[in-house]
Amino acid sequence: METLTFDLDAKPLREVNQFLHGDASSLNGKEIVIENPNGAHSIAVGLKSDIHVTIKGHAGYYAAGMNQIAKVTIEGSAGSGVAENMMSGMVHVKGFASNAAGATANGGLLVIDGDAGLRTAIALKGADVVVGGSVGSFSAFMAQAGNFVILGDAGEGLGDSIYEAKIFVRGKVKSLGADCEEKTMSPEDRQILADLLAKSGYADVSPDSFKQYGSARTLYHFHVDNAGAY
Amino acid sequence: MSEQQPKIPQTKPRFSATFDESTMSEIRRAAATGIYDIRGAGAKRKVPHFDDLLFLGASVSRYPLEGYREKCATDVVLGARFAKKPIHLKTPVTIAGMSFGSLSANAKEALGRGASAAGTSTTTGDGGMTQEERGHSSILVYQYLPSRYGMNPDDLRKADAIEVVIGQGAKPGGGGMLLGQKITKRVAKMRCLPEGIDQRSSCRHPDWTGPDDLEIKIAEIREITDWEKPIYVKIGATRPYFDVALAVKAGADVVVLDGMQGGTAATQEVFIEHVGIPILAAIRPAVQALQDLGMHRKVQLIVSGGIRNGADVAKALALGADAVAIGTAALIALGDNDPHWEEEYQKLGTTAGAYDDWHEGRDPAGITTQDPELMKRLDPVKAGHRLANYLAVMTMEAQVIARACGKSHLHNLEPEDLVALTLEASAMAKVPLAGTSWIPGVTGF
Ligand SMILES: Cc1cc2nc3c(=O)[nH]c(=O)nc-3n(C[C@H](O)[C@H](O)[C@H](O)COP(=O)(O)O)c2cc1C
Repeated sequence: METLTFDLDAKPLREVNQFLHGDASSLNGKEIVIENPNGAHSIAVGLKSDIHVTIKGHAGYYAAGMNQIAKVTIEGSAGSGVAENMMSGMVHVKGFASNAAGATANGGLLVIDGDAGLRTAIALKGADVVVGGSVGSFSAFMAQAGNFVILGDAGEGLGDSIYEAKIFVRGKVKSLGADCEEKTMSPEDRQILADLLAKSGYADVSPDSFKQYGSARTLYHFHVDNAGAY
Repeated sequence: MSEQQPKIPQTKPRFSATFDESTMSEIRRAAATGIYDIRGAGAKRKVPHFDDLLFLGASVSRYPLEGYREKCATDVVLGARFAKKPIHLKTPVTIAGMSFGSLSANAKEALGRGASAAGTSTTTGDGGMTQEERGHSSILVYQYLPSRYGMNPDDLRKADAIEVVIGQGAKPGGGGMLLGQKITKRVAKMRCLPEGIDQRSSCRHPDWTGPDDLEIKIAEIREITDWEKPIYVKIGATRPYFDVALAVKAGADVVVLDGMQGGTAATQEVFIEHVGIPILAAIRPAVQALQDLGMHRKVQLIVSGGIRNGADVAKALALGADAVAIGTAALIALGDNDPHWEEEYQKLGTTAGAYDDWHEGRDPAGITTQDPELMKRLDPVKAGHRLANYLAVMTMEAQVIARACGKSHLHNLEPEDLVALTLEASAMAKVPLAGTSWIPGVTGF
């Protein structure tokens, strides 16, 4: 594979992103390395071709935001909203992730090796999110679809007002949010979990060590008797 | 016992102004159901509005322009602050964001057709962009909302401008809701939700909180769209001076300011009537913020909330706005609340002109519905034509007024062309009470 290196100390981010938005036919298959990211915001956002971008260090807000098809690896930590609204492809954070990681992501796979902050996978719309460490409070708030795997612990209010997303937690859950309840894991869901663990580098972790959570579906229709839960 | 008693005059039954008929019926409804009232449309009570302002036409001291002969331009450019491809409109009257879901696909198509014929823009809404709408709108603004329902980068790139929605005049600080009846297969699929559930739209964006974050968010959207498209920020009118200043600081190309009269697809009645301020009270502080930052006319201001005719347009522009947006009026032009359907409105327990249960999806006019049979009643070509006519009339009306004030462009209208009929309007719009030089809070009597 052809490798191209950009040094953000020498080249403005605008030019790098513009290059990464170029014609897919000329970009497909390329390996791109971004050096000296130094926490810059919006690195490698809006990608839409089959490339692999490696960010050598820490990224600021919205790294790999709205990603399509591409693979982005962050060899450091990521700021708020990493892979927000991702549609497809893969984003791998080797360090920690701040708040709202994978917010509203529709597709693709987000893997965070370390811990993730508040509101991880908030309003998830179909993507898969796997966190090697723990996640902060209010994660999976209003999560609509997709799978959210947490190998560590979860903070308060997990899955508040959740719709059809599935949450798998191996550690402790501080508290569940409104309308989120523990589920019995079906063989199909166990398979989804096993596949995600394998894809994310945790093939050795047994799906049986997880508990599953999802929507109790009591808030799907507004009813006055539920007013206390709103 | 047949002796005549002296007749005591009876006091006529008197209804309370405080507990009027509508208030009492709402108390009974609340007592029976235990649920607050949800409805569409905007505030229905009377609030200070553009009707409380008048133009001073030209006379001895001012020189008018000849109607139909001397040019009075109406074009407006939006988004030249940062965007490589700013938007050029032929008329300053734009179509406000209204969601597919709340409106039928035919209604969205009609809005696109009408706006395009008039040379103006239309706007998506909660729930994403439809083909009908993109296909029939020559200039389409794509809303980026807290719910992010249907939000995807392909549509972002297909848009001509992007509107980051922070609030709406009908419900500043509130999210949205779409009741199950309107969550059809297509709507559910676009929003990644189960069919038929009551859907809530969040009131806050999921991945940013304060104004500093907003600046980073706007920069992200610019990066994704290669700095081509204008980025608007839409706010509900509450603290316009500070909100406009913060939006400008965060990098907005255009600020959209929506007053409390602004329509909504579905919100609690109490929210619609009691939160936010009238657009009349919001324009001057917004313009002041732009002027204080040296950004008036550089960052454009679009105002909305109860705009109905060319006089409203001219007044909004004279107070310093660059353009206006219409929602409710555009729906009426398409055929909403038309007496033609009176019999059916009666069956729904209402009457033409007062129908506002838009969230229930049973609109006889086929506009605020997802019912395939009702939808068919709206012919998008004919309805689009009506909207185009209406937009043309509004534009011509604004020109009539501007020429009478001696202006060769609608944007040359200024507060000095206006006076107020009431003290409230005078204080809010900061123009003198008619026949005086008094502006409460600004000048002495
Ligand atoms: C049926 C309907 C749906 C609406 N949907 C949205 C929406 O999705 N997003 C939004 O920002 N505003 C929405 N609005 C508000 C309009 O964009 C606009 O602010 C308002 O209609 C302007 O006031 P007017 O109706 O008095 O012209 C909606 C309004 C109506 C009437």
